[in-house]
Parts: sequence; C-alpha cells; structure tokens
Amino acid sequence: MSKCYHCGDNCNITAIVFDDKNFCCNGCKTVYEIFQSNDLTYYYDLQSGAGTTPLAIEGKYDFLTSNTIAQRLIEFDDGTVQIVNLFIPGIHCSSCIWVLENLKKLHPGITNSQVDFPKKTVRVTFKAELVTLKELVILLAKIGYEPYISLDDYDKGKSKTDRSILYKLGVAGFAFGNIMFLSFPEYFEVGEFWLDQYKGLFRWLMFAFSLPVVFYAGSDYLISAYKGLRSGLLNIDVPIALGILVLFTRSSFEIFFDLGSGFFDSLTGLIFFLLIGRFFQQKTYSFLSFERDYKSYFPIAVTRLSKKKKEETVQVYDIKRGDRLLIRNKELIPVDGILISGEAQIDYSFVTGESEPVQKISGDKVFAGGRQCYGAIEIETLKSVSQSYLTQLWGNSVFQKDKTTAFQTLTDSIGKRFTIAVLAIAIIAASFWMYQDSSKVFNVFTAVLIIACPCAIALAAPFTLGNMLRIFGRKKFYLKDSSVIEQLAQIDTAIFDKTGTITTTQSSSISYEGMELSVEEESLLKNTLRASNHPLSRSLYALLKEHDIETLDEYREYTGKGVQGVKDKSDVKVGSADFVGHQQQSDYNSTSVHVSANDAYKGCFVFNNNYREGVSEVFKEMGRYMDLAVISGDNSGEKTRLEKLLPKLTPLYFNQKPTDKLEFISELQANDKKVLMVGDGLNDAGALAQSNVGLAISENINVFSPACDGILDATKFKYLNNYILASKKAIKIIKLCFILSLMYNVVGLYFAVTGQLEPVIAAILMPLSSISIVAFATLATNVIGKKLN
Amino acid sequence: MSVIYLLLTISIVVALVFFAAFIISVRSGQYDDSYTPSVRMLFEDEVVKNTTIEPTTKIKKSNQLNKKQNL
Repeated sequence: MSKCYHCGDNCNITAIVFDDKNFCCNGCKTVYEIFQSNDLTYYYDLQSGAGTTPLAIEGKYDFLTSNTIAQRLIEFDDGTVQIVNLFIPGIHCSSCIWVLENLKKLHPGITNSQVDFPKKTVRVTFKAELVTLKELVILLAKIGYEPYISLDDYDKGKSKTDRSILYKLGVAGFAFGNIMFLSFPEYFEVGEFWLDQYKGLFRWLMFAFSLPVVFYAGSDYLISAYKGLRSGLLNIDVPIALGILVLFTRSSFEIFFDLGSGFFDSLTGLIFFLLIGRFFQQKTYSFLSFERDYKSYFPIAVTRLSKKKKEETVQVYDIKRGDRLLIRNKELIPVDGILISGEAQIDYSFVTGESEPVQKISGDKVFAGGRQCYGAIEIETLKSVSQSYLTQLWGNSVFQKDKTTAFQTLTDSIGKRFTIAVLAIAIIAASFWMYQDSSKVFNVFTAVLIIACPCAIALAAPFTLGNMLRIFGRKKFYLKDSSVIEQLAQIDTAIFDKTGTITTTQSSSISYEGMELSVEEESLLKNTLRASNHPLSRSLYALLKEHDIETLDEYREYTGKGVQGVKDKSDVKVGSADFVGHQQQSDYNSTSVHVSANDAYKGCFVFNNNYREGVSEVFKEMGRYMDLAVISGDNSGEKTRLEKLLPKLTPLYFNQKPTDKLEFISELQANDKKVLMVGDGLNDAGALAQSNVGLAISENINVFSPACDGILDATKFKYLNNYILASKKAIKIIKLCFILSLMYNVVGLYFAVTGQLEPVIAAILMPLSSISIVAFATLATNVIGKKLN
Repeated sequence: MSVIYLLLTISIVVALVFFAAFIISVRSGQYDDSYTPSVRMLFEDEVVKNTTIEPTTKIKKSNQLNKKQNL
C-alpha cells in the first residue's frame, strides 16, 4: 500500500496521484501544491511524510475580523507592523520548523516568523495593510498548521518569562570562580613575602564578590527560611540559611579583624551548587499546560443571530440569557441552552470522555462543552458562560488551593530534625570548649554550623527527582513538578474514571448479533452507510468489508432514526430499533444499531466500550498494595463487563456527577487516604484537583487535558504501575543520599568540634560531598530508568 | 610588584566582560529556547537552489549565501 507523500498515512485504494506522487486526500494534495508553487518542496527532503492534513475551517475564524478580539491576541502593533505569537499543536519535526520559518515566501505581507519548538509556538511579524490576522491564521490552517486559539488566549495578559534563576546562577558562578582564584594562595599557606603583602587586598576582593552572592543569588533561601520560621515550620531552608549567614558573618568577622581568610570560597560554592540543583529541578514541559480549565477549550467568540436573523460575532463573555446562537459544524457550545432548530449530534467527549455523540431534537437542553458534529444548529441561551452546568465546577474552592504548599516534602521533614540536631551539637561543643579553652568557643560554634550546612541533603532531592522527571518525560509520563513524584510514592488509594480513562475514545469494538447478512445485503448496507455522516454510520462503515461502490436507486435519511437505501428493488434500513420495525428487547444501556433488509429484521450491531490494553494487569498489580475503585459518570451498562475485567470486589460507582467525584475523593482524604485520581475529561477536573495526585490520561497530549498534576500518554497506560513503583524507588534513593551525606557531616563535625576546621578542609569537604551525592543520585535514577521498560 | 594591581584589574575586568556577555545573552532571550536554534542552523538556505547559475564549489555557495542575506 502506498504512503501519502504529504502526511505519511496509508493511502486507501482511492489514492490521488499528482505530480507522480501519491496523496491520501485532496487536503494533502492541496498543501503539496501550495508548497510546490512557492518553491518550498525542501520541506519533504527534510523529513518525508511530515505534514498534517488540513481540516475544513470555513467560517471558524470569522471572529478574528473583530478588532477588539484581534487586539487581545496581537502582541505588538504600531499601525503598520504587527506581531502575533500563535500556539500550533501540530509542530512536531524539523520540517515544521523549516516551513513555518519560511512563511514569508507564502505571503508577501509576512516579514518574519520564528518557531519556538519546545513551546510549539510561532511568532509572526506581518504588515497589517497586506495581511490581516484572520488571513494569516487561515493561511496557516491551509498548510496543515492550524493555530489553537481559545478563550484562554483572550484572558491572558502578556506573560513574562522568569529568567531570575539564570541570572542568579550567573552571579554565583562568576563570584565562585573568582573567589576560588583569589583564595588559591591561602590554601597552601605559602609564606612568600609578596603574597603576604597583598593578602589583605585579596581578602577584601573576596568579600566584595561574596556580597551579591549572599544577598542576591542566595536571597531565595533566606526569604524561604524566614517565611518558614514565621509560620512555625523548620523547613530545609532554615539550616541552609543558617549556614549561609554564619559563613558570611564569621568570614567577614575574620577579615575585619585580620584573623584569617574566611570561608568565602565555601560560601559561594555552596550557593552555586544549590542553585544548580534548583535549576536542574526546574524542568518544565513548556508545550504542556497543567493549569488548564474550561477556558482553554472554549472558543473566544461565537455567532449570534440578531432579531432580524443577521449574523454577528460576539465575544462569549457577552452572551446573555435569551440570545440566539448559531453553532456550526465542529464548533463548541459555550453556554447551556435550548436547541431551537437543526440536527444536533453533540459530542461531549471534552466533558465526559464519552466519544459517542448524543442526539438532540428541537426543544432539548444542550449543555456547555459539547461539540456539534453534524451541520449547523441554533440554540437559545439559558445561562451565561460562567454559570453553565460545566463551568460552575470551577467556582469550587478546590481550584483556588495550591496543592504544593500544603505538602511537606521529605527533605523538609528531614530538615526539621536536622536543624535541631545541629543546634544541639553546636551548643554542646561550645559549652565543652567553654571549660577547656574559652578562646575557641566562637570558632567551634560557628564551625559546627558551617560544616553541617545541609548542602548535600538539599541537593539530593532536586537531582534525584529532577532526573526522574526527565526519565518519565521520555516515557511519555509528564509531571507538573518534582514534588508530584514524592506524592505519587505515598499513594495508597487509586480512583479511576471509566469512560476515556480505562476505555479508549478512539475505537469502540462492534459486535454483530442476529442473522447473518448475505453478500448482497452487506454490499447494499455498506453503500447506504457511505452516504451517511452520522458518527455511528462512519464507524460501522469502517468495520464492514470492502465492496464496490454502487449507485443507489434511492437514499433517504431520517433524522434521529436512521437511513434507508434502495437498489434493484431490495432495500435496507439501518438505525434505531423502532425505525427498522423491531421490538426493543436488549438492554437500553449499550449503543446499538439495528438492520433490516426488505422489511425483515436481521440483527443489530452493538457498540461496546473498548478497554485499554493492560487494564486488567494494571488493576491486578496495583490492587496488591492499594485500594482501587472505578467511578464513572455513565450508567451501569458496562457493569458486568467491568466486573469480569477487574479484580474481584473492585468497587464500581456509576452515575456520578462531577461534584460527586470531587466529594468522593475528599471523603477518602478525610479518612487519611492518599488518593490518586486518574481521569481524562473536564468532568474529572474537580476530582483531579482535589486528589493528592491527579493524573490525566490523554490520547493526544498536545490537545486536551484538564488541570492536573501529570499527563500520561494513553499508550503508556499499561505501565502506570511501573511508574508508581519507580517513584517509590526514587524516594529510596533520596534516603540513601541522606545517609551518605550524613556520613560526610560526621567527618566534618569531627574537625569542627575539635576546633581544627581550616578553610581548606571546608573548601574540599563541601564540594566533594555535593558532587558525590549528585553523581550517586543521577546514576541510581538512570539505573531505575533503564529498568522501566 | 605593584604590577599585581594592574594584573588583578585586568583579570577582574576580563571576568566582568564575560559576566556581562552572559547577562546580555540571557536578557535577549537566548536561553529561552535551547532547542530550535540547533535545528535551524542545519537548514540549507534553499534560495541557492533556485538561482540559474549553480555554484560549483562550496566556498562560492557560502559567498552567495552571504550576499543573499545582505540584500
């Protein structure tokens, strides 16, 4: 079978041949033509089959003609030149970068375009008089790179990237290097005359270099320790801040009174290493968003019909009760309303994860968040955007809470005991020396605090978890930040959503029950279905064997009922039980399509949910060490199948509303359970936010996932248990690192307590312990990562 | 030995120049996207392909390339 030259998909028998190349559809061919006529075929040399098929977009971007809306999206505008930054989920390879950076060849109005690959954005500079924003977006959509514009872009202010960690790292590294260089003579204590002569100058320079390090680069630690103390918490930053301050005051003291060289090298080195750890931990997936709410999925504007049936574009926040809205094919319904006219096939998969569209007839209520799948409909608004059934969920206080601040990390809990122990040792040692040699009291006391500064402990978690985060990312398990790994390791209860989470949204398995169809009947059925656009017809059509395309003598579609096809005096009816003249007997819970030929009932096709690969195994393995439950918004139609699939006595809950799910989880938490919620749709958003760890399963990580702590690619669902076990191992590594670093501390404390701590010992011991911890943590996590598959 | 003042000054000035270069590069956003430039630099400037006179040597090609960009 030939592959499409543009998108690389398999061409069916109906391949389009153009310019000696095969294309799977007209869309792909058109993109090729555009590229070819603009000398952009180098696109295909970079990577074959790189393109994506453009989708129909007629009328979809009409709202961009509205100046107020366009201005919210445009970043820079001086009247002639405009700059816009567009998010394009389709960016995936070097060909994409190349063609998007050559946009200027496609349109003379575009002067420059630059791709940010990790963020999947393109920044386009264009001349306003030659090309409008709408034309630009349509041009992009035409070549298969449709930008994703949602209500979120409308609300968002111009976000600034935070680069402070890089500046701080630069300052600390710069000062660390120079101070090391200046303190070199001191390490060897050479009694050379000239070096003695300039010692003072060298020391004052070191002091000057250390100032920005302590008060700028290290400010985060000081502030965090202060905040922790004020709220009565001894977090890990307290002993670190104590170490920094003691190092700085003692070193300054030594220089002021010409007692010694101080510990400026250790001080700046400490802060430099800590910042590296923080930088490493800060791995983010810039193309993913973990903070999405309904705004990321809702359109900016819709078409409103005025009293005189005139169409106008209206911003969704301006929709008022009673407004008539026109929802076109593939558009999202932004508000709750009543269907006035048109055939509604509403796909609520954003909301529930259920892929089968729901049919509505005039007068039915439709809810916000559904996507119209077939033709245009007209609805009358009942509630405004923020008060709709779905969007109300975001009014719940759980969305205002910040989960990470409430969680005490392993490092912080160690930090508490550590601080107390160190202070105790320092005081005991100081009081011992009080009797022995009172001149050494100050030295010993500060030396203990300096050497015990938990640099290595503070580095263990960032490097272990940061590296784990990267390994997970390579295995398509994307976590919001490293603290999620710690939380994941503590989970003892896991709750799964059903539809879309443990079932796939993409294919449902279809089984046929009834009398066998003859070849002629099947051929007629297939040809009848070919003409129908109903989603069930499409999936059924794909299932049936290939037959020659024949022209039907008669074809009729009965909205909400079914379709009928006639050829050579034999006819076939496909649709609901009533439509084909069959008394409904089977249970109402499963979706089924009935068939009759020449008015004789033949049988029905039953659409079953298809469970993800490895669901049973995942449940079985996880059931060994935690409580499991399935909670679903659907009816109990799949109950018997689920019971067969899952371990015995797994609790199953059906007909749960979004708020029920949220409350179910908070009840478990009230019983001291650490809950993992695995969900997918917006209806799980509350539960995901409430749970200790909320994981979203996503078939396409670029497009859809509600706010959560982590996104798991659907193909990797079967490895979920391995990922949890790997998190547990990562925590073990951190604990091992703590032991290792405590051993270094014991050695250091020996020097400190006995009053022999020389700057050179501190300067060796601190980096040595830090580097060995970092090396151990990185190696050990890589070993876990290797075993993960 | 007072030359040590001069040497120190030079060494610190050199260090400061590099430090300033680092700050400027961060400011201009060079570290915001560390992946795309690595791909971008591998693209050939395909403009050359369309010129009627095919360049014979690589050196010429790059000269032409520069000219094109200067225009």
